[in-house]
Amino acid sequence: MGKTFAVKALERASGLTDLQPGQIVDAYPALYMSHTATWRCIKTWEKMGEPELFDKDRIAMVMDHISPAQTSKIAGDHRLSRGFREKMGIKNFFDVNAGIAHVVLMEHGLVKPGDLIIGTDSHSTIYGALGALGTGVGFSEITAAWVTGKLWMRVPESMKVIVKGPLPEGVYPKDVMLKLIGDISADGATYFSVEFHGDWVESLSTSERMTLCNLAMEAGAKNAFVPPDAETMRYLEEHGVDMSTVQPLASDPDAEFSRTIEVDGTTLEPQISVPHDVDNVVPISEVAGTKVDQVFIGSCANAKYDDLAIAARYLKGKTIAPGVRLVVTPASADIMAKAAADGIVTTLIEAGALLTNPGCGACAGSGGAMADGEVTLSTANRNFRGRMGSYESSIYLSSPAVAAASAVSGVITDPRLVLA
Amino acid sequence: MSAGVADRLGGRSIVFGDDVNTDVIIPGRYLVSIDPVELGTHAFEPLGEEVQARLRESRVVVAGRNFGCGSAREQASTCLIGVGVKAVVARSYSRVFFRNAINTGLVAVECPAAVDAIKEGDEVWVDYEAGTVTVGEKAFPFAPFPPVLREILEAGGLIPHLMAKFAKEKN
Repeated sequence: MGKTFAVKALERASGLTDLQPGQIVDAYPALYMSHTATWRCIKTWEKMGEPELFDKDRIAMVMDHISPAQTSKIAGDHRLSRGFREKMGIKNFFDVNAGIAHVVLMEHGLVKPGDLIIGTDSHSTIYGALGALGTGVGFSEITAAWVTGKLWMRVPESMKVIVKGPLPEGVYPKDVMLKLIGDISADGATYFSVEFHGDWVESLSTSERMTLCNLAMEAGAKNAFVPPDAETMRYLEEHGVDMSTVQPLASDPDAEFSRTIEVDGTTLEPQISVPHDVDNVVPISEVAGTKVDQVFIGSCANAKYDDLAIAARYLKGKTIAPGVRLVVTPASADIMAKAAADGIVTTLIEAGALLTNPGCGACAGSGGAMADGEVTLSTANRNFRGRMGSYESSIYLSSPAVAAASAVSGVITDPRLVLA
Repeated sequence: MSAGVADRLGGRSIVFGDDVNTDVIIPGRYLVSIDPVELGTHAFEPLGEEVQARLRESRVVVAGRNFGCGSAREQASTCLIGVGVKAVVARSYSRVFFRNAINTGLVAVECPAAVDAIKEGDEVWVDYEAGTVTVGEKAFPFAPFPPVLREILEAGGLIPHLMAKFAKEKN
């Protein structure tokens, strides 16, 4: 019987062989990411008596969730983080200007196939887009890893998701993932290593694969994975990775998967996740016409360059509906610069968008709050009650195409009906 | 009897349904704090004051499937500790909530049979050593924690566990 990717990656990270799903092992991650939670890690490390760090070059810090600081308390937290960076010589430090941790780390060549990567963020599953095993943990575990270099990990069972393509015009990877989450529910992949396979998956860009792996978390996945291929190598090379250090891993052809799910993308219509759970998914026809007060194009799920380009396609030469706020938050500074250079930023602003600095922004509740009774249509990955302001407000989730088309009409709108 | 976990944990219960998410347990706006007691005052705030008042009177949180789904925020566990919760009994957990519970020293057991039997306000006791959840006269078994997790829980969480280990190594 062959081995799955997850088994191989944890064998590499633990130095053990012949691991079986269900076993608990000590694993040594290649990278420990902390975002805005960095100050909590530092406070915890101080409480521990400032023990020696296991390997400071495996530490990565990104000030993304609340950027720039909104209060003096948060400014102090950021200052503490910068001070730690100086004191300890942390080279992988990205300040409030950089963008969302996940995207920033990949853009800076810090994520490599086969690596085990832990982060203080549940959407760390996204690193599977480059063939790494990424998973979210709490800040105490990141602090512990700074010191001991390791954490306990349960070797997961694996699930295979095969997506049949191509997708119809106006339908995107986000729709595939919302459909999948709706079908298997918010705990349908709990504890699983979720692998994406099939010709359609192979045809995707790394950015699109990020959307798949990011959203797998919303079905409970421990990690997500797309087998590395030529596109992966292209992305790594483009982002400055020393290719001689790249050693991809993938499941053997006869590896055992506990569950296999097929998603037929060829007949899919745009999907919407309705309040207040991500797995509350309906085809757009069921909620088209719902009035929106705000549209948010942002987050680690869908604010990458291609997402902004799709939005611009639907917004070019148009103006958003009166009374609607369109908030666009690029995932990273590099993405924002590229979108500025080729006119996408101008298109968005001319349509009436409010363009913010890169980062998590409204998805993490930093700006873009709603009043009682308001509705936001968001390209993010969570629609939990109260996540964006009032506990009496509502969040719907969609692709960037639906978001852009809806900003123009002021109601949830099927993008296939709009684009000429 | 273990150092960090009392023999019997429990008291009045508060019952929730499936898929209780981290943003409901502790809204993101309060993550600027790491003080369990302060966090505890905001636990379950999105569900309103009546729920929060019942929570303050409760010692055991009872829930359905996928408790703690969503964010990796560790405060979803520490806010419960801060408001006086001694144990969580659920049908199942999101993996990151379960990790955070162990790592912050909160006893979180999976026991669907007990969840079926518990009604809002019932007295519920978790016997960590015996591996049972007791509701009235009935005791329901739960699978024991693996040894590595027990060590962490019994030390009161991951950081106290490491600090004790380092102190021992020094002597």
